[in-house]
Amino acid sequence: MTSYIFRRLVLSIPVLFGILFATFALARLIPGDPCRAMLGEKATKVVCDEFNHRHGLDKPVLVQFGVYINEIAHGDFGSSFRYSKPITALLMERLPITFELSLVSLLISILVGIPLGVIAAVRHNSWIDVLTMLWANMGVSMPVFWLGLMLAYFFSLTLKDTPFQLPPSGRLSAGVIPLPFFEVWGWNLTPDSFLFSFADFISRMNILNAVLSQDWEVLKDAAQHIFLPAIALGTIPMAIIARMTRSSMLEVLGQDYIRTARAKGLNRVKVVLKHAFRNALLPIATVTGLSLGGLLGGAVLTETVFNLSGVGRMMYDGITARDYGIVQGFTVVIAIFFVVLNLLVDFSYAYLDPRIRLD
Amino acid sequence: MTAESAPLKKLDAEALSLDSVSLWQITRRRLLRRKSSILGIIILAVLILIALTAEWAAPYSPTLSMLDTKGYPKEYAKKRAEPCIHLLGCPADQPQHIMGLDGNIRDEFSRLLYGARLSLIIGFATVSFAIVVGTVLGALGGYFGGWVDNVIMRAMDVLLAFPSLLLAIAIVTVLGPGLINALIAIGIVSIPAYARVVRASVLSVREMDYVSATRALGGNTYEILFKRILPNALTPLIVQGTLGIASAILDAAALSFLGLGAQPPTPEWGSMLGAERNQVFTAPHLVFYPGFMIMITVLAFNLLGDGLRDALDPRLAHVS
Repeated sequence: MTSYIFRRLVLSIPVLFGILFATFALARLIPGDPCRAMLGEKATKVVCDEFNHRHGLDKPVLVQFGVYINEIAHGDFGSSFRYSKPITALLMERLPITFELSLVSLLISILVGIPLGVIAAVRHNSWIDVLTMLWANMGVSMPVFWLGLMLAYFFSLTLKDTPFQLPPSGRLSAGVIPLPFFEVWGWNLTPDSFLFSFADFISRMNILNAVLSQDWEVLKDAAQHIFLPAIALGTIPMAIIARMTRSSMLEVLGQDYIRTARAKGLNRVKVVLKHAFRNALLPIATVTGLSLGGLLGGAVLTETVFNLSGVGRMMYDGITARDYGIVQGFTVVIAIFFVVLNLLVDFSYAYLDPRIRLD
Repeated sequence: MTAESAPLKKLDAEALSLDSVSLWQITRRRLLRRKSSILGIIILAVLILIALTAEWAAPYSPTLSMLDTKGYPKEYAKKRAEPCIHLLGCPADQPQHIMGLDGNIRDEFSRLLYGARLSLIIGFATVSFAIVVGTVLGALGGYFGGWVDNVIMRAMDVLLAFPSLLLAIAIVTVLGPGLINALIAIGIVSIPAYARVVRASVLSVREMDYVSATRALGGNTYEILFKRILPNALTPLIVQGTLGIASAILDAAALSFLGLGAQPPTPEWGSMLGAERNQVFTAPHLVFYPGFMIMITVLAFNLLGDGLRDALDPRLAHVS
C-alpha cells in the first residue's frame, strides 16, 4: 500500500509539471500586451519597459518558466495585476467560499443521489424507477446556469411571502455580520501567523464558522443563502450518482450471493444495505470522485449566477479584465487540487474493495 | 436473472440464425426496443427538422429588431414584451410572438429556431474535430508504442488533469472570445477521451492474427492501421461521440453564457440566455426558453448515446 501510494505520487509529478507548463504557456500566448492591458493603451515605451522589468517579463521565456516554477514551489502564485495583491492572498480569501459551496453541493448530491439510486434499483421498473431515471437524465442534460436562474426565480419570486421563500443571491442578508469563531472564542492570534491564516480560512466558511461560534441566526441565514446555489451546482453530480448507484446495484442484486442471503432468511433491508450496497460502492465512489472536477468547473457558472465572491467568480472577473495572474494562478491551483482528489479517489478503492491489490 | 434476459436470448438466437443479420441490424433492433432511445431519436429528428426549415418556419428575422422590420406596428415593438399568442386570448390586431420579444426587440421564437441550427452544428463540428485529432493521436500511440505513445498519452493526462470547462475557459481566454475559438477550445478539451478509446482498441487488436496476416501479405502501415485496426474502434467511438456531442453543446452554451463564445446578435441559446440573465425576474420567458431548448437537445443526445452503448455492447444490456 505505501509503495503504491509512493509510486502514484511519483507518477503524478510529470502531470503536475505538464499542468504548470500548460498554464504558463497559455498565459504567455494571450494576445495583447499585459502592460498596455494593465496601464492603458497610452502607456509609453519607457513606462512599459519599467513595468515589464518589474514583473520579469523582459527575461527569456525559459528563464521566466524557471522563475515561475520556483515561485510556485514556494507557494507564490504571482500577483494579480488588477488587484495588485498576491494571488495566494486572493485565493485564501476566495477558496473557502468555493469550498463551502462545493462541499454542500456534494453532500446534497450524495445524500439524495445514493438513496434514489438504491430505491430505483430495488424497485426496478416501477414508477419510482422510471421517475428517478427521467429526473437523472434531465439532470445531466441541464445547463447549470439555467437551473440556477430558474431556481432563483421560483424560490424568490413565485414563492414570495411563503415560508419557502429563499434569497436569490449573495451569501448573507444585509446587516448580518458573522464574527469569526476565533474572536468569539476569545483567541488572541497574531495576524500573519500560520494559525491565524488557518483560522481565518475556516472562519470564511459561513456555515462552519456559525456552527463553531454557535451563532444560530447567522447559521440559518447562511444556510438559506447557500441552498439554491448548492442545489444548482449539485444537480448534475446528483444525477450521475443516482444513475451509477442504480446500475451498480442492479448488477449486484442479480448475483448469486444475494439470492443466497435472501434464501437464508435474512431480511430484505439488511441484504440490500449490507450485502448489496457495500459491493456496489466502488463504481459509485469513482463517479463521485470524477464529478468533483465538474463541481469546480460548474462553480464558475454558479458563482456568476448567484453573485458569490468565490474562486469561480473571480476567475470570470479575471478573464474579462485580462488579468493573466488570476487565470493562471487559479487554473494551476484547481488543476493541482483536481490531481490530488483523483489520487485520493484511487486510494479509496483499496479501502472500499480489499480485493484490489495495489502493488 | 431479470426480465430482460428473455428478449436478450431471443436476440442472440436471431444473431445466430441462418439468415444473416448484420451488427447494424441487431443494433437497430436493440436500440428501438428502448423507449428512451426512441424518445431521443424523435427529439433529435424534430430538432434537425427545425434546423433545416428555420428560414421558412421563423416568422421574423433572428437578428433584426422589430423597429427595423418593415410593416411592423411600432406601438407593439416594446423591449422584452411578454409572449402574445392569439389562441390564448391575445388581441388579434396585436402581432403574434409565441415567446415574446427580447431585450433588443427581436422575436424570441425566431431566434430560438435558428439557435437549433447553431447548436447542432456546434455539437457535430467540435466532436468531429476531436474525433479526427483524437483518433490520429490514439492510433499513433497505440500502434507505435514506446516513446511516441508515452509522449502522447502524458499530454492527454495533462489535458485530463484540468476540469474540462475550466480548461476550455483558459484556452478561449488565450484565443480570444468568439464562437469559432470556443469550438476549438471545447474540441481540444475533448480530444483525450477519443484518443484513449482508439488507443485501447488499437492495443487490443494490434497482435491479432489477421493483423499479422495482413503484414505478412505485404500490407503497409497505412493499410493495417486504417483498414484492419481502426474499424474495430468504430463502435466505442460512435457511443463516445454521441455522448460527446451532448457535453460539447452544454459546454459551448456555458462559454457563450459567460460571454466567451458566440457573440451577439448571433442567435445562440447560451448567449441569448446570458444576455437576459439579469432580467430573469422581470422577463423570465427570455431565460426559460433558451435554457429549455439546450436541455432538450442535450437530453436527446444523452438518451441516444446511452441507447447506442447498450445496443452495441450486449454485456451491458441488463444494466441501466
